Amino acid sequence: MSDILSLIVAKYNFWLYIILMMIGLYAMIAKNNLMKKLVGMNIFQTAIILFYVSIGYKHGATLPIIQGGHGGHSAHDAVIRAADYINPLPHVLMLTAIVVSVATFGVAMALCVRIYQRYQTLEEDELRMRVSEKNNL
Amino acid sequence: MNNMPAILVLAPLLGALFAGLAAWIQKQLSYYIALTAMAVSCFAAVSVLKDVVEAGTMQYRMAGWAPPMGIELKIDLLNAMVLVLISAIAFLNLVASVKSVEQEIPDRAPSFYVMYLLFVVGLLGVSATGDLFNLYVLIEITSLTSYTLIALGDKDRGHLAALNYIFIGVIGASFYLLGVGYLYITTGSLNMADVAVILKGIQGSSAVLTAFILCILGVWIKMALFPLHVWLPNAYSFAPVGFARVVAPLMTKVMVYVMIRLMVTVFGLDYILDTLHLADAVVWLAVTAILAGAFMALSQTDLKKMLAYIIVCEIGYMVGGAWLGNDLGMTGAILHILNDALMTFALFLAVGNIIYMRKQVAFSNLPGLFSAMPWTMAGFVLAGLSIIGVPPTCGFFSKWYLVLGAFEAGAYHFAAALIISSLVCAVLFFKVFEICFFASAPGDPDHHVAGSPQPIHYIHAAGHDRAGGDSGAGTHPPAGVMAEAPVSMLAALGLVSIAIIAAGVYAGTIVNTIILPFLQ
Amino acid sequence: MEILISIKPLLTVLVPLLVIPILVSSSQKPNVREAWIFGGGFVMFFLVASMVPAVLSGSKIVFTLFKLAPGADIAFAVDGLGMLFALVASSLYIVTSLYSIGYMRGLKEHGQTRFVSFFALAISATMGAAFSANLLTLYLFYEILSLATYPLVAHHEDAKSKISARRYLVFILGTSIGLVLPAMIYCYHVTGTLAFSTAGIFAGQLSKPAATVLLLMFVFGFAKAGIMPFHSWLPAAMVAPTPVSALLHAVAVVKVGVFSIVRVITGIFGVDLLAAFNLGTMVMVIASFTIIVSSCIALSQDELKRRLAFSTISQLSYIVFGVALLSPSGQLGGVIHILMHAFGKITLFFCAGAIFVATGKKYISQMKGLGRQMPVTFAAFFIGSLGVIGLPPTGGFYSKWNLILGTLEAGQTVFMAVLLVSSFLNAFYFLPIVYQAFFGKGKDDLSDAPVTIQEANLCLVVPLAITALASIGLFFFPRMFVDLIVLGLNL
Repeated sequence: MSDILSLIVAKYNFWLYIILMMIGLYAMIAKNNLMKKLVGMNIFQTAIILFYVSIGYKHGATLPIIQGGHGGHSAHDAVIRAADYINPLPHVLMLTAIVVSVATFGVAMALCVRIYQRYQTLEEDELRMRVSEKNNL
Repeated sequence: MNNMPAILVLAPLLGALFAGLAAWIQKQLSYYIALTAMAVSCFAAVSVLKDVVEAGTMQYRMAGWAPPMGIELKIDLLNAMVLVLISAIAFLNLVASVKSVEQEIPDRAPSFYVMYLLFVVGLLGVSATGDLFNLYVLIEITSLTSYTLIALGDKDRGHLAALNYIFIGVIGASFYLLGVGYLYITTGSLNMADVAVILKGIQGSSAVLTAFILCILGVWIKMALFPLHVWLPNAYSFAPVGFARVVAPLMTKVMVYVMIRLMVTVFGLDYILDTLHLADAVVWLAVTAILAGAFMALSQTDLKKMLAYIIVCEIGYMVGGAWLGNDLGMTGAILHILNDALMTFALFLAVGNIIYMRKQVAFSNLPGLFSAMPWTMAGFVLAGLSIIGVPPTCGFFSKWYLVLGAFEAGAYHFAAALIISSLVCAVLFFKVFEICFFASAPGDPDHHVAGSPQPIHYIHAAGHDRAGGDSGAGTHPPAGVMAEAPVSMLAALGLVSIAIIAAGVYAGTIVNTIILPFLQ
Repeated sequence: MEILISIKPLLTVLVPLLVIPILVSSSQKPNVREAWIFGGGFVMFFLVASMVPAVLSGSKIVFTLFKLAPGADIAFAVDGLGMLFALVASSLYIVTSLYSIGYMRGLKEHGQTRFVSFFALAISATMGAAFSANLLTLYLFYEILSLATYPLVAHHEDAKSKISARRYLVFILGTSIGLVLPAMIYCYHVTGTLAFSTAGIFAGQLSKPAATVLLLMFVFGFAKAGIMPFHSWLPAAMVAPTPVSALLHAVAVVKVGVFSIVRVITGIFGVDLLAAFNLGTMVMVIASFTIIVSSCIALSQDELKRRLAFSTISQLSYIVFGVALLSPSGQLGGVIHILMHAFGKITLFFCAGAIFVATGKKYISQMKGLGRQMPVTFAAFFIGSLGVIGLPPTGGFYSKWNLILGTLEAGQTVFMAVLLVSSFLNAFYFLPIVYQAFFGKGKDDLSDAPVTIQEANLCLVVPLAITALASIGLFFFPRMFVDLIVLGLNL
């Protein structure tokens, strides 16, 4: 029991992102309203972004900004140790991923607006009914 | 340094920018810019293929930054082939699209071309990149543009189809991204070659296994492997014709390429086949996909939908072939990327022509097509035969390698599925040919009952009336009059038809110069 | 054996193909179009004939078109067997072209350009099949032929032809994809080659059960040969215009099926392997069943073309039967039946078509007394019947003689009975037609007024006279063809 607990505690960031992901996935699958599905999708993506951000983190490390300028021209410069700085790469990657997710979200919202204009509803079951009505005419 | 790999990807990207700007000046201009951009890209792709065949793998460092820091385009024989395929199909489709775009979305033409170019950039990038994260971003570019383009299509159902595609597409891409995250944790690198080297030492790790499963699962969702295919039929059949013609042959095939790339280059076939023991299960999955796709296609009454399900079936061919675990199967799978792209493209071109003339491709709209559009139908028949796997069309030869691979692996169920699906495809296509060949139109009195005595008299009389008339004319209005699609659309179809035959008869050459050297 | 590399086999296949665009472009000028058909036909025939001396002198003419994989190229090789078949098909193509002009114009058929174009495509594929160097190439042309024939069967575009064409495809394409394709790929998987060789390609790599299954897959898979139970497409395909029934469904298409089985038995398995496993007898039982049953069915058919179709099914099995005897005379008799039956049966079909064009009659019961009105046609019909029954002075006698000799050689006297019984059945379903035509009285001519001779037009009568005479000629001069077969099968 204590093993599992310690596993959960030690990798709590993993568990958190998995829980978030599942919440998002649940909303995308189970919700009837398209907007709610969209929100679920966003939670889902955010969970992955959080996961990436958390894997770049190191205990006791600081932002990867080297103080006192860089390069060898200042004599009092100590040796730069990678362990002192958090890994910037995952964070940078996530900037791109955030852009992607925002763009996707935007397109999806635009589509929702168009669907609403056309069918006056965003509830999936009603939509299905109206679409089939339209095409059977 | 040879800049062709960069030009290949950047030409359509810049083209998209300028096409968008040019639309402010004159709408027509954006089309010509797009066409030029694609022509440049196509030329670059061919020259890259030539260089790669002659001089081996080509590495291009964006802005001169060395990997693993910099971004690398790595082009070996496999992606050189895929790049040529993408750029050539995208170019040809652009040639054919001008008329159908004019007809379908006249007010949105410039945005169509901009999005179209971006879509192609995504595909080309996915195929050219040597970096796992870039792959994700480029897949998303491809997907984003395809969401918007699909939404341009069918006014009633296009938006909904696009939205459903978004939901599933996002899940697929996120799984892939998550897998890449795990890879990054274990290897600290994102460069494919780099990752591959590091992975060799840590194959037992469960994190690597998780990474692999997540990546492959993501890619499978994106390529619509059964049972993850539900988004595909609607998305492809409600897209505007100009886009359906390019997304149907390319999108899934590029995803198959990504799968093969991950399997061969990143994780390594040894790891996948010897350590994981998943191959049997995946081949069974492919068998299910093939049969399910084929039988679902049987129940369709709309040509576009039917073709969409055939794509689902063909995906099974490629996944199964790649997982058979021998060179023959992999050869078949790679050859089928090429062949299936050509055949699907030809089929959708033909469908595009029919839609251009008749607006709809429900089976009830098809009678009399052979006499009305003989050239289009010739291309359609050829591509259909290729799907069935009749020599000397290219479809036969990939099937040949796949079945051989199945025999070698002892996967007789896979061979049986291939044969059964060929038979089902034969039924499918000849059903369509028959409808198109026999001239009774939906409104005609002799349409419904095949076998009642009345139709025979009617058609016989018609036959004698037409005596001497030589077109084998139909009674569909306008009776016996050729009503062919515009020349640009026919020319594209003609070229692809030639390519289908050429890829067939030169299958041996393709295998020996491109696929086998790649696998070694 | 001397190997000659020559482009001639390829040219033979290409000539009809190259003529097709010209045919299509001259669709408004029927005379020009017909001239081109003949031009193409003669060029093709001369190309084939020009290869005869080389083949007779024991050389093999080869040409590789595309290299695919080792042992499975798209390649041509002309040996005695292929040459025999090519000669039959290309010479009869010319005759049939003449006939089809008379037939199609006589009935004012629609879609004549489409008809002749696909006809040319079909004959091109037949040539390709005859000259195939390996099973892959043979399969390729086999499939092309299947597809080229579809529009010909569906020519009338009515409900009946729709159903027939559908049945045609289901049987032909279904068996070739479902049975032949996997069997062929399995052969390649086992041996790494598909090239025909008289010694067979399996060097002891095949167990008896595997060989049995493979052989059955091939024999039934080449459904064009009409082995029961995959025969019913042939009677259905009789809805096609008569020239199609004559050339394709008595000569080209069905014989390609038989030819493929012959190739598989002699070139893929090899006589020795089949003899060692005693598989010849199995095939003979299958063929005998078809021979007897379809002869019996033929007896009950009243529509002339359907009776001919069932007769064809039975005669095709003679060829398979003969080759499966695995004895020299038997194989000779079987293979030469390709030639003899072709001339006999095409004559009969020509007659059926001529009767239909001249009188509109399709049923045997309507033909009483018709012989006095169309003496030439029915005389030819009589000769054709003799050829199919296997009586002198027609070539058919020669093949039947050898077949019977073959059963004795192989010690299979039981099967001799099959041949004799079926010959009687043949006589029963053909000769009464001729007798009734000349001596019977139709319902219409109650008056005893002298019947005026009213033959069909010349384009129809000349071809059937030619093939009838050729059928007699073959009785006297079979030498060259025998040599070809002996060389081809290495007897």
